[in-house]
Order: sequence, then C-alpha cells, then structure tokens
Amino acid sequence: MNINTTKVISLLFFIFSVFYLYTAYQIQVFAFDENAPFNAKTFPIYLGYAGLFFSGLKLILPDPETIKVEHKSLEYKKTAILIIIAIIYGATILKIGYFLTTSFFLFGSYYFLGERRWILMFLLSFPFVAAFMYLLHGVLEIYLRDPFLQFIGVMG
Amino acid sequence: MIEGILIGLSTALTLQNIFMVMIGCFFGTIIGMLPGLGPMTAIALMIPITYGFDPATGLILMAGVYYGAVFGGSTSSILLNAPGVPGTVATSFDGYPMAQQGKAGKALAIAAWSSFAGGTFSAIYLLFLAPSLSKVSLSFRSPDYFALMILGLTAIAAFSSKGQFLKAMMMVVLGLMLASVGQDSLSDITRFTFDNMNLTDGISFVLVVMATFAMSEALTIILKRNDPTAAAKQVSLTELGSIKIDKEDRKKMYKTIPRSSVIGFLIGVLPGAGATIASFLAYGMERNLVNDDEKQKFGKGSVNGLSAPETANNAACSGSFVPMLTLGIPGSGTTAVMLGALLGFGVQPGPRLYMTNPEIFWSIIMSMYIGMVILLILNLPLIPYIARILAVPKNYLIPLILFFSITGIYVMSFNNFDIYLMIGIAVVATFLRLYDFPMPPLILAFVLGGLMEENLRRSLLLSNGSWEFLWDRTLTLCILLTTAFIVIWHIYKTFVKKN
Repeated sequence: MNINTTKVISLLFFIFSVFYLYTAYQIQVFAFDENAPFNAKTFPIYLGYAGLFFSGLKLILPDPETIKVEHKSLEYKKTAILIIIAIIYGATILKIGYFLTTSFFLFGSYYFLGERRWILMFLLSFPFVAAFMYLLHGVLEIYLRDPFLQFIGVMG
Repeated sequence: MIEGILIGLSTALTLQNIFMVMIGCFFGTIIGMLPGLGPMTAIALMIPITYGFDPATGLILMAGVYYGAVFGGSTSSILLNAPGVPGTVATSFDGYPMAQQGKAGKALAIAAWSSFAGGTFSAIYLLFLAPSLSKVSLSFRSPDYFALMILGLTAIAAFSSKGQFLKAMMMVVLGLMLASVGQDSLSDITRFTFDNMNLTDGISFVLVVMATFAMSEALTIILKRNDPTAAAKQVSLTELGSIKIDKEDRKKMYKTIPRSSVIGFLIGVLPGAGATIASFLAYGMERNLVNDDEKQKFGKGSVNGLSAPETANNAACSGSFVPMLTLGIPGSGTTAVMLGALLGFGVQPGPRLYMTNPEIFWSIIMSMYIGMVILLILNLPLIPYIARILAVPKNYLIPLILFFSITGIYVMSFNNFDIYLMIGIAVVATFLRLYDFPMPPLILAFVLGGLMEENLRRSLLLSNGSWEFLWDRTLTLCILLTTAFIVIWHIYKTFVKKN
C-alpha cells in the first residue's frame, strides 16, 4: 500500500494541533481575567481549532496533486553530516569562541561536501572569518564574545 | 510632500546610503541569479549586517538587495531559461529565445531599461499614493485591521501555494502558533514556554526567517543534489552581443512600459499577489493589445513580450511596499521580512510612520529610485563579471550560507539554544519544502501574529466579547467576505481538480 506522505504530514499537524490546543487550555490566566472577553489563552485556543480545521480538511479532502519524492536520489548522508556539524558548532561557540569554532565549522563543511583544495579551504575559513569578525566587531561595532582570542590577548 | 521628498533625498543621498544601495544591488543580483535562492534568502542573510546601522540605512540596504535579486533573476531567465525567482518566469518566454538568436545583450538591455522604467513609474505612483493612503488608513479601526490581516494571510496562501491552498493555510496557522510562544503582550503570562527561560521572550523573527529560508534553502540544495551555481557558470561562457536597442524596439517599449507599470503596481499593492502574478498578467495583457504581426512574435523573442513582464515585476516590487508602509501589513513574504527587520529596529510601520519617522518613510521611497539608477548603471555592463563571481562552487556556497545564518543568530543573542532551535526549525522546514509546503505564508503569519492578536483583543474588548464587530462596519464585512470567497473558492477547486 502506498502511503501519501502529505496526508501523513497533515495527520502529524492534526496531532500537533490537538497538543497545542490542550496546552492552550492549560495556560494559567489571572483570576480576574478568567471570564474576560479576551485573555492570554483566547487567541491560542482559536489557533488550535484553526490548525485542526485545516489539517483535518487536508486529511479528508482528496489530494489532487500527490507529491512524489524519490528518496533514493536524495543526499541524506551529507545533509545529516552538515546538520551534525552545525549542532557541534552551536555547542562549542560559547566555550571556545567565535573565531576558532566558525573557522573549523567552515573548514569541516567544505571538507565533508567533497572539497579538497586545501589552500582555498584554509583561505575561505580562518582569514575569511578573521576579516568578517573585523567587519562586525571593528567596523560595525557588533560585540562578538571570544574567550580564545581574549585568552591569547588579541581581543580586549 | 516636497519637504518629505527633500528629507528622503537628504537621507538617501548620503555617501553611506548610496554605498549601501550599491552593495545591496550587487549582492542581490548575485543571489537572485542563483536559481532557488530568491530575494527573501538574500534579505534574510543581510539582516545581521543591518544591526550596525540606523533603521533608514538598514532598510535602504535591504531594498537594494530586493531590486538586485529581482534583476538577477531576470538575467538567469534570459541567458539560461532558468528563472532565479518566480517573478521572472514570464521574462524567459521571450528573453531566452532572443538570447538564443544571439541577441542576449539586447535582451538584457531591454530587461534592464524596462525594469528601470517600471521602477521609476511605480516610485512616482508610490510617492503620491502612499501619503494619501496613510491618511485614509488612519480611519481604519481594530476590526478592519484584524480583517485585513486575515485577508492578507489568506491571499498569500492562495497565491503562493501552487494549487495547494490547504497546505499554505496550515503553514499560516503554524506561523501564528510559533508567534504565540512567549509572554503575552498585555498580561505578561508565559505561553508554550514549557518552563524554558530561553523561550520567555518568544522566538526571534530573524531566527525563523534564517531557519525557514537561508538555512533550509542550503539544506534543500544539498539534499536534492542541486547545483545553483552550475547555471551561473554557463553565463560567463555565453556570447552576449551588443547591448544597443534600436529605434524601432524603443518605440515598442514606449507603449508597453507605461501600461505594464500600472498593472504591475496595482497587483503589487494587493496583499499576497506580488511580482509573479503581475508579470504573467502584464505578459498576457500585452499579447492581447499588440497587433497581429507582433502577436505572432510572442514566445519567439518579442520585444513587447520581454519588456512587459520586466516592467511589471519591478513595478510590483514597489507596489508591495504600499500596504507595508501605509497599513503596517506586508503584502508579500519579502516585505514581511522587511517589516520584521523594522520592528527589530523599534520602528512600527503604519499610517503614523510618515509622521513619526518621516526620514524613514521618505528615504525608503527615494532610495528605491536611486536603487533603480544604480542597477542600471552598474549591473548592465557588469553582468558578465558578476556571473564569473557566481562560479563559486556549491561546496563553498552552502557552508557560507550556513555560516551567515548561524552568525546572524549568534550575534543577536549569544545563546546556544537559539542555534539549536534554528537548526530544528530548518530541518522541519526542509522536510516540509520537499512536499511543497510553502514558507512565505509562515513568515507573513509569524510577523503578523502579535498584531493580529492585539487587534482581535481590542475588537473583542470594545464589543464586550461579542463577535458582532465582524459585520458592524461595512469595510470589515467587505474584507471578510472577500476572504471567505478566497477560502471557499480554493476548497471548491480541490474538488473540481479531483473530479
């Protein structure tokens, strides 16, 4: 049996809307606001019902243009690696600092996407990030926290 | 108004702002030429850079990016038959055949001059219309605003969904749900934060834009094994030919440009419609208006067929600023991103913008025109060189897009949680894109969520909880009836298509 993925997504959205609606009803409002014409949970409750309505309709109504995705032709491996690198980048940026983590993130991403021109990879990571940092920090005066550069005395 | 124009000119013509328009046009052209990466991605990537500027300069930069991206899209339509943005699809109908006949330079020149003329006309319309509309919109009340926002969201869902209206409406609801996370604006009660302090202030607009456009676009390119730069590499190899337009062709353009600019501007003003519909309508209208001889040339390299959509799509870009500047309600995904950026600067667009911040209001309008001039002077002779810059391999382009996205969030909050949240939203958005769930309705809904709740709150409180405010005023009723018509029509069409 072929499962229509759009319908599965609609079903997931329907379930999400149920959860959203339940959470909306649980919002604690002030006692004097409980019977007010509009309080903090009024709008979310309407949104929950709107979610149920549209995803419910999508589930029930026929799907005139079924989208078929050739999963075999998709590049899951490289996409997953990029996402993992981005997560590692996010996890280390505060501890190690912007310069090193960003440079390694770029260098690693170039490598995993199949690039092997080492000099170009280097130029488009470390010096590029340094120049960009100078633009943000030095020219536009956007503060960038960097414990590593502070540790080696490059940044104040 | 003269005083306003002078204020706008004095702001827009500073050395810094002219430089910003140039940078914006140049950067926008590069991104616009890459199929798949449109104006919204280009503007999203520019947001972190604008943090360091004042609101007028930031918005001038983004406006330059917008026009540059639309022009860049036309270039790839003409040279490669690969439109960079949907608004330039109609350009390829006659632009590409002209390029194949060895007249690529001429086709680019016609496109550039038509865009310039379309932009000029619409800047003039905007100049006169925006202040008057601002005055009219002062009479709008909360129920009208609430109804207008529903209409805007429904319209963008209808126009951007490629026949998948319900999917687009699901994205609208998802955008509104994301906007409801965080403290309630009136009571300060936290909603949907699940005791996570990082969510107390809600989800940042920049985060959602970066995740759903820039980052998810990059992931989609990798996932689908697309190479947006492959097409660009061919551009530099193409023989462009002369960029001169002869007298006969100029005559044809003189007739086409004024009428296409009017239709483009009017369509652009409508919520949700935008450059794509404007360019198709202008193309169709032009084919009906020309004589039989010229009609035969349509689709085979007609000057009118190229000039009409190019004029209309640029005029529509300016038109889409009208609802944003006068009502504070963006008419398209791109202007929604700009609205979000303005709110980030602490500027609330709307009827009072041109009274409270005239320098922003007028400098946007004036910088549009300056942007057009710069596009014409810089881009036309520089296209072959810009195309060479585009030959950056995908392996470098994608990490750089990811880098700009993550940096944008990092400099805003210095918080790991926001980076994780962005990655999470980007992964979900990438998956949804695979199945044709459109993202512009989500962004527009996210931007409008807070305003919509505020106006519904006021309306309900004023009517003491009664829903009569929906039909008490004729204007509110008319807007809601239009909305209902769009919804019912699209659901009906779903049945008809199946049967």
